[in-house]
Amino acid sequence: MDEDDLLGRDRGISQDQRAELGLGALVFVVVGLLLAMFAFVLHEAWASFAHNGLGWFGPGGSVDQQIQAIANSGQLKEAAIYTFHAWPLIWSTILTTAGAMVIAFVASLFIAVFIVEFAPQGLRRILEPVVRLLASVPSVIYGLAGVLVIVPFIGNHLITQSEKASVTPIIQLSGASLLAAVLILTVMIAPIMIAVFVDGLRAVPRGWLEGSLALGINQWRTFWKVGVRTARPALVAGTVLATARALGEAIMLSMVSGGVPFAPNPIDGLIFFFEPSQPLAATIIRNTEALNSPAMKATLYAIAAVLLFSTAMLSFIGWAAKQPMRRYGMVT
Amino acid sequence: MTTAPAAAVRPRPATTGSVYRLTDRIGLGLAWLLGLLFCAIAAAIVIYFLIEGIRYLRPSLLVTNPAAATSEGQTGGFLDPMLGTLIIGFMAMAIALPVGVAMAVWLSEFGRPIALARVTESVVEMLAGEPSVVLALFGLVLFGAPALGFLSQTTHGVVLGQSFFATAGMLSIVGLPMVVANVREGLQAIPAHVREASYALGKTKIATTRRVLLPAARPSVATGAMLGLGRVISDTAIVLLLMGGTLTFQSANSVPVLGLLRGTGDTLTGYIYYNAPTGDGNQPSKAYAAAFVLMLMVLAVNVAVDYVVSRSRKAIRWS
Repeated sequence: MDEDDLLGRDRGISQDQRAELGLGALVFVVVGLLLAMFAFVLHEAWASFAHNGLGWFGPGGSVDQQIQAIANSGQLKEAAIYTFHAWPLIWSTILTTAGAMVIAFVASLFIAVFIVEFAPQGLRRILEPVVRLLASVPSVIYGLAGVLVIVPFIGNHLITQSEKASVTPIIQLSGASLLAAVLILTVMIAPIMIAVFVDGLRAVPRGWLEGSLALGINQWRTFWKVGVRTARPALVAGTVLATARALGEAIMLSMVSGGVPFAPNPIDGLIFFFEPSQPLAATIIRNTEALNSPAMKATLYAIAAVLLFSTAMLSFIGWAAKQPMRRYGMVT
Repeated sequence: MTTAPAAAVRPRPATTGSVYRLTDRIGLGLAWLLGLLFCAIAAAIVIYFLIEGIRYLRPSLLVTNPAAATSEGQTGGFLDPMLGTLIIGFMAMAIALPVGVAMAVWLSEFGRPIALARVTESVVEMLAGEPSVVLALFGLVLFGAPALGFLSQTTHGVVLGQSFFATAGMLSIVGLPMVVANVREGLQAIPAHVREASYALGKTKIATTRRVLLPAARPSVATGAMLGLGRVISDTAIVLLLMGGTLTFQSANSVPVLGLLRGTGDTLTGYIYYNAPTGDGNQPSKAYAAAFVLMLMVLAVNVAVDYVVSRSRKAIRWS
């Protein structure tokens, strides 16, 4: 290869052009394949959306029975049945994702501020690797801890017998619940947020903080009003990243959320938190055996398309939210 | 680490007597409370898995294969899933690393036409937030296509679509954004005058990239590779759908390596899912032991990242 470099002086233009073309072609092919994948998912999903219209997103009937009918329609070689009303699944996804996001955001913000500004030096040195370790713990391990520790605890200690009896005709309260799902999801996504927040808060110019301190503003107020404000783009970026993870989490949620397509109802009072549900991503995991039924394939791809669209929107919202903050000069 | 001296020099609020209003006190208290709570939760998770792992992990589990049996003593260990994790991690990164580095180099050094660069950026960014279950679902159909039948098994003309190749192919997409983002960041951190010095010596752009920029960005490449590997070995959805879920390796045919890679198997994540109370196996003790081993692997990857980052801090100083 050394010869190439030496000869590069004479053949420089063509060599560089060749490299640029080669790399460009590779990028073009990879990006093209990925875009084709997105298009394929939407294309496969179309049949399900077309048959149900906007009713796809609405409530109606039992999701369990609908999925059963969809799966059977493939085996019986009858006309495919597409009827599907996904509201309980969507509602469950919204509840778990939003719940975990809100709790994790508030907690992560304070924890990140603590780590960057207030933690003693020794504690800080331990905490940072721990945050990164927790951010990379596989979700199946969180699911395992959830199903072996949190779920039995909720089932045995938090839910009373009378509460269980009161809903017996409709659902079973085993402990696999909205509460367990939100709790574990929070613990799962908080480290991701903290890691990004800490990076952002640390990048705040020291002089800005010192200027505030020199005016006699106390340390907390300085950091809260100057540091956290300056790091807002990082807060948006971390939140978007973590929320996308929560939205697409299938394994852990299929383990702890109960696996019953039931829409938890806030009117039920305290029991609301103990009601089982099943988010969109977990539904895909649970129904892949019936993928050879054309209707099931379309339905699962429709769910995947909804997830895909939501995460795309999420990253778009993140991008849009960062635009007004560009003048701070800290958007990367 | 410029924060440490600054923090030491800065007068403590208590000594300067700054005014702490009630809301400030509450905020500060909350930060301490949540910070310590986080420490407690982190410690609880780590210690819990440490204790359960040590309690259930036997050396024999590491060297025996899963077996179908009714009693827990005879169901064997998880040698094959463990090897599966290693093989899959290696295969996925063998695809993701070169492709990711090439994409990062193109984005950072060439990047024309601009439109393609913009699309690439947003696609890679979107990919980072992509649910892996969507990729798994797509892979199931992609590798089930007759044209790709040579990557998995075919029985009675029906392509199975589940194999090591299929899993690694989809998992490489999971690892790709990490590699691209890190390598790109590393390349962009190299000042322009380094490139100019190389051009002044008569090196071409591509020679500069290969001889100057990529060696200088080696820590970023390593970090990206390790972070990607971490994502790859901790993914479950793709493994669950595309590996076939046979706990031991089932070769497609008798060809030594290709047969194995075309066949089905499992990884540690799949094994844990199978043995969790919600799975079909339901042997929590085995799941705990496997989770412990998987945690050790993740920890090793993390330590490797920290090592690379700390070494790169004192490596090259431009200017």
